[in-house]
Amino acid sequence: MEEDHLVLPLSRPAPGAMGKTGTWRNYKPVIDQGKCIKCLLCWLYCPEATIIRHEDNSVSVDYEYCKGCGICANECPVKAIEMVPEVQGGA
Amino acid sequence: MIEEYRFHGRGGQGAVTAARLLVGAAHREGRYGQAFPHFGAERRGAPVVAFARISDRPIRVHEQVREPDVVVVLDPTLFKLVNVLEGLREGGVLVVNSKEDPGIQGPYKVFIVDATGIALSLGLRVAGWPVVNTSILGAVVKATGSVSLDSVVDEIKSNWPGRMGEANAQAAKLAYEKAVRVR
Amino acid sequence: MPRKILTGNHTVAEAVKLARVQVIAAYPITPQTTIVEKLAEMVEHGEIEAKMIRVESEHSALAAVYGAAAGGARAFTATSSHGLLYMHEVVWWAAASRLPLVMAVVTRAIGPPWNIHVSHEDIMDQRDTGWIISMAEDNQEVLDLVLQAFRISEDERVYLPAMVGLDGFLLSHTAMPVDVPEQEVVDSWLPPRLPRPYVIEPGSGVIMGNIPPDEAFYRMRHSMQRAMYNAKRVIEEVDEEYYKMTGRRYGGLVEFYRCDDAKYVVVLMGTWAGNAKEAADRLRERGIPVGVARIRYVRPFPRERLREKLLGMKGVMVFDRSVSMGRGGPLHAEVVEALEAKPSIMGVVAGVGGVDVGVRDFEKLVEDFVKKVEEEGRVYVNDYWYGV
Repeated sequence: MEEDHLVLPLSRPAPGAMGKTGTWRNYKPVIDQGKCIKCLLCWLYCPEATIIRHEDNSVSVDYEYCKGCGICANECPVKAIEMVPEVQGGA
Repeated sequence: MIEEYRFHGRGGQGAVTAARLLVGAAHREGRYGQAFPHFGAERRGAPVVAFARISDRPIRVHEQVREPDVVVVLDPTLFKLVNVLEGLREGGVLVVNSKEDPGIQGPYKVFIVDATGIALSLGLRVAGWPVVNTSILGAVVKATGSVSLDSVVDEIKSNWPGRMGEANAQAAKLAYEKAVRVR
Repeated sequence: MPRKILTGNHTVAEAVKLARVQVIAAYPITPQTTIVEKLAEMVEHGEIEAKMIRVESEHSALAAVYGAAAGGARAFTATSSHGLLYMHEVVWWAAASRLPLVMAVVTRAIGPPWNIHVSHEDIMDQRDTGWIISMAEDNQEVLDLVLQAFRISEDERVYLPAMVGLDGFLLSHTAMPVDVPEQEVVDSWLPPRLPRPYVIEPGSGVIMGNIPPDEAFYRMRHSMQRAMYNAKRVIEEVDEEYYKMTGRRYGGLVEFYRCDDAKYVVVLMGTWAGNAKEAADRLRERGIPVGVARIRYVRPFPRERLREKLLGMKGVMVFDRSVSMGRGGPLHAEVVEALEAKPSIMGVVAGVGGVDVGVRDFEKLVEDFVKKVEEEGRVYVNDYWYGV
């Protein structure tokens, strides 16, 4: 009769509830820091919150969880992000 | 012993309200009651039916009244449209809003009252229609003696506080005085 | 305790007010409409401190109160027939979310053809959703069941939403005396809802409706089932507590009327139980020992209580006001299972679509059944349609 049998359809947000999703990637976003204008569009649009924003508004990628969807590369107005195949010659 | 009432009116004449006021009056006397419409969509002007039950004990029966002890007719033109006598028990009471004897044949006690005239004399109109349900209740009290006129008057006043309630209560009192048995 | 003359629908509104409900959303549908009308009036006049959320459909109505309940509010909605079917997706969602909620269901037939009269097909369609489902016999019980529904739904052993069924027109539009408890009395028994089992609020993220592993889903369903079984005990406890407060008790999951010395019992639920009781009294005057087992809760189903009382009966007659097409009356099927078909059992489908079934109808049907059992020994009739 205790509450401990109660199983709720809820979860608390935490990184990587489904494991290291970076392993799902076929293409990986590679940022050319020389071209980047720090507009933060990639950071804003990333659906998985895997673009890391640094104090000076420069950005990098959390490859442990980035699934390689390519949205950041698509949104980048100066084409500073290139999607590079994870397996050379494959995919 | 449960007394069963059936009210015949037209949609908008307040047959359901009459049934509820009657039950409210009985409740004031420490009795039990049940008031309900004929189950169906109601349209203004169409013939409608409402029911009431009154008893000294709590009422647990929930079915339409099939053999009423009392039938109340709010509009005499309904005689042409529906059989208002259907199921009325032998020795039962019929109360009709009418100036004239409706000429009913059968083993019933028939009372008439000009509820429309009383309502109009007191300015009781809603959307152009005379409000006859409160005056007819006065006649029901006279015909059946089941509840007292005071209880009906109190129930009416508590339903419509102020001038409206006073006029409706007056209608019930006038109808009580003027109702006559014609059969 | 003041006694008022109230229709069933206005009784629901009085109970919602007494329960200090904080959020109400409902969409009008006959014969439920006067519940939401009365509540809107109460909110407008400041008689109840609740937010009334206007919605464009029943699906949204339940979704809105579901959201309110997730935010920690005590919430209420009401519907009927097609409205209940339209919200059906959210009915499941609310139960599996384990949120306390109360909904009044004014039972009505489902079209086509169009019919606004009493039938239990709408509420019986909800049996598998995980809601506690109760049915009232009269307006007094409507008030009592609505108040109790909040207690049961918010109990930590339960955390499931609760439906209170009242028969369309037979109760919803019938005025009868109702003892309305004082606000202070209800307050002392029904304190404000606690923020349990969880509350969504700004600043603390919670994910609802995500995709768990299948095994977790399975465990959640099992957890709901456990809660339903717990509810059996909670319902009986609440019935007793309520008795201490008001002097009224009904017997918990099922009310047994004159069953102790009966040989034949009528099983049914809702308003027409009053007619069956009256018929039982009349049959007893003629020497036929009849009782009535009135199902008050369809879910959780009072299986054990029925077995305790009815296994030794000579004959049991089950009246359903709905039908499971291709099988028969749903209550009948459950009673046959609970009693392992040991007594003679007859299932009758009647009153569907508002067909009036009165005292004399019960008297005749029960008498015929008794005669048949006495003559033939054992009788099994699965699906008898009366008067067709």
